[in-house]
Amino acid sequence: MKWPVALIIGLGLTVVFVLAALLSFVWTPHEVEALNIAAKLQKPGSAHLLGTDHFGRDILSMLMVGARTSIAVAVVAVGIGMGLGVPLGLLAAARHGSWLDDLVMRGNDLVFAFPSLVIAILITAVFGPSALNAIIAIGIFNMPVFARVTRGGALSVWTLDYILAARVAGKSRLRISLEHILPNIANLLIVQGTIQFSLGILAEAGLSYVGLGAQPPLPSWGRMLADSQTMISFAPHLAIFPGLAIIATVLGLNLIGDGLRDLLDPRIRRER
Amino acid sequence: MKLNKLFITAAASLCLSLSVAQAAQTSITVGMQLEPPNLDPTGGAAAAIDEVVYANVFEGLTRYQADGSIAPALAKSWTISDDGLVYTFQLNSGVQFHDGSAMDAADVKFSLDRARAEDSTNAQKRLFTGIASVDVVNPLTVKITLSNPDGGFITNLAWGDAVVVAEESIGSAANNPVGTGPFKFSRWVQGDRIELVRNPDYWGKAVALEKATFKFISDPAAAFAAMMAGDIDAFPGYPAPENLPQFEADPRFAVIVGSTEGETILSTNNKRVSDKRVRQAIAHAINRQEIIDGAMFGFGTPIGTHFAPHHPDYVDLTGNSAYDPAKSKALLKAAGAENLTLSLKLPPPSYARRGGEIIAAQLREVGIQTEIENLEWAQWLEQVFRGKDYDLTIVSHTEPMDIGIYANPEYYFQYDNAAFQKMIADLKLASNPADRTKLLQAAQKQIAGDYVNGYLFQLARTGVANAKIKGLWKNSPTQANDLTGVSWAN
Repeated sequence: MKWPVALIIGLGLTVVFVLAALLSFVWTPHEVEALNIAAKLQKPGSAHLLGTDHFGRDILSMLMVGARTSIAVAVVAVGIGMGLGVPLGLLAAARHGSWLDDLVMRGNDLVFAFPSLVIAILITAVFGPSALNAIIAIGIFNMPVFARVTRGGALSVWTLDYILAARVAGKSRLRISLEHILPNIANLLIVQGTIQFSLGILAEAGLSYVGLGAQPPLPSWGRMLADSQTMISFAPHLAIFPGLAIIATVLGLNLIGDGLRDLLDPRIRRER
Repeated sequence: MKLNKLFITAAASLCLSLSVAQAAQTSITVGMQLEPPNLDPTGGAAAAIDEVVYANVFEGLTRYQADGSIAPALAKSWTISDDGLVYTFQLNSGVQFHDGSAMDAADVKFSLDRARAEDSTNAQKRLFTGIASVDVVNPLTVKITLSNPDGGFITNLAWGDAVVVAEESIGSAANNPVGTGPFKFSRWVQGDRIELVRNPDYWGKAVALEKATFKFISDPAAAFAAMMAGDIDAFPGYPAPENLPQFEADPRFAVIVGSTEGETILSTNNKRVSDKRVRQAIAHAINRQEIIDGAMFGFGTPIGTHFAPHHPDYVDLTGNSAYDPAKSKALLKAAGAENLTLSLKLPPPSYARRGGEIIAAQLREVGIQTEIENLEWAQWLEQVFRGKDYDLTIVSHTEPMDIGIYANPEYYFQYDNAAFQKMIADLKLASNPADRTKLLQAAQKQIAGDYVNGYLFQLARTGVANAKIKGLWKNSPTQANDLTGVSWAN
């Protein structure tokens, strides 16, 4: 089986950032919490590969730790979305047409109807800005996405003959959902998961940019962009590198999503 | 022949229009970061109110001048009785409010009685507590009797909170201020700008400007763009000091750096951080120069107490809390507070947000952890200023001569010291300059010695203006954008 080019590029980009994030746990070129005002706003060079910010912190080190923040927030948020959304979607599909189905799906519509960032701002406004609240906020608006994808996929699987056979064999709806439906829609969920993951990184950057995400001194890509705003005209490297990091990660994850769909979706596979 | 005449008229009118175009510009657009919540300086604490209306729309009996000295305004002259209790003010004649009604002694009495009334909403009520009575002698003479001599009374009357208002129009002053100043309120486009126009019937010296617009731009990056594009002619409180070198290098602009009355301090909740040794440790952990360089790009003067360095009575106490991390660690050890975690709540200005990150790093060096929380102004006022739910915060106290706030144990520092309160009470009674100096210096030393707050730096006034504008204030002795002396050079 030949891997799609998009998948390879996407994996390449993502792996770089995941490795940088992992490496930041044990080593960064410079200490990110130590300020060195005397060495502020240095241009990229040999001492600081990507230069220093307005407090003299090393931008490369901040990007590495920022990758950790972004990835951690996105992973947990997608986890929350999947953990809540997938069971709800399976339940709705298993009880298709019942009041339970209606309840779950209308509830989803309700959450969906709010613009996702508005929900995030609401949550952080009530509970205070922090990385944890950003995770919860992003997680909550991930939930209906997964519930819908799961229900849609599950409904089409429920009509297949082997499910009928399983029901004739006396398996409960719960067992069928877990043993037969879930494995057969896993590809859908993985693809959706990578896309939500990239949206989660974007959302975290957005929330940090407006000051509602991770709080200082924890570096975050969004806040690095916000901090650099007034300095763009004389120190563009402050904005360019975090901006590039966000673009590259989101692009990488989207390419993975596309590539995985090409690879896993049986309909597309058959066409090739 | 007829054609010739027409030609001449056309040529003449062309000349006329050309000369109009070449005449000096008579309108100005002034940028401000914060929009005032209302326009009644006698009913709100927000500095932005005075920054629009002080000296432009409203005037008091006396006024601040650009150099910080006090000059007569609506009062032409005054005499003080020998016991220092009775002030008799002679008012200027022919002064009219913008609605055409005459300003006389009755309006002065109304304004002062209203400000010191029981139910007054004046933000600086303490300025008026010493007044025992206000009496109208004749329409142009007003007599104010104090309960105790007060050497600072003439200065108190110069505050934006002490302006003279009219009984008929004060009710709607929040949205339609009617004063006696050289500019009349014209229009307020909420969220965008306030427009003032010249008052043709002004009693004093006519102003050069015909129209003044205050435009509100909260985002520093947008302020930079608006200045560069020429949408704004002057931004006296320019919010991003990092951009000043760029303006300096550009011949179109003049950078105006002066002083303000803003003591920028690391306010400490003295009820929560009640151990003086811990507060002293915090003070010694702070490297002021690093904060000035890192947060303000070098603009600011280190201070060691809550007092403006350009004031003649200032005592330099920075040595009292010099940067000494080793001493700081020893003090924390002695206080048994080695694993301290404090909340650090920061309002939006860059001196607070950036200064906060630097202070957090400096405190971390001596072993104090901080939890930074960035707040909007409304949240800050609610949680920190009124709710007192904080350990540390950074804010600039921009009122002039405000050391008296330390005498109020209910103020958000929650500093309760009888000795200090007595000094301020004595100061209110002292009218002899030498006694006042002595008391003011003792008060400065008292709060510095008690390490009530971390004293960081005196906020600089960093302004940017079109190089052709003349007459803007360099320093900021009070919260104001006085446009009365502003004009364009040809």
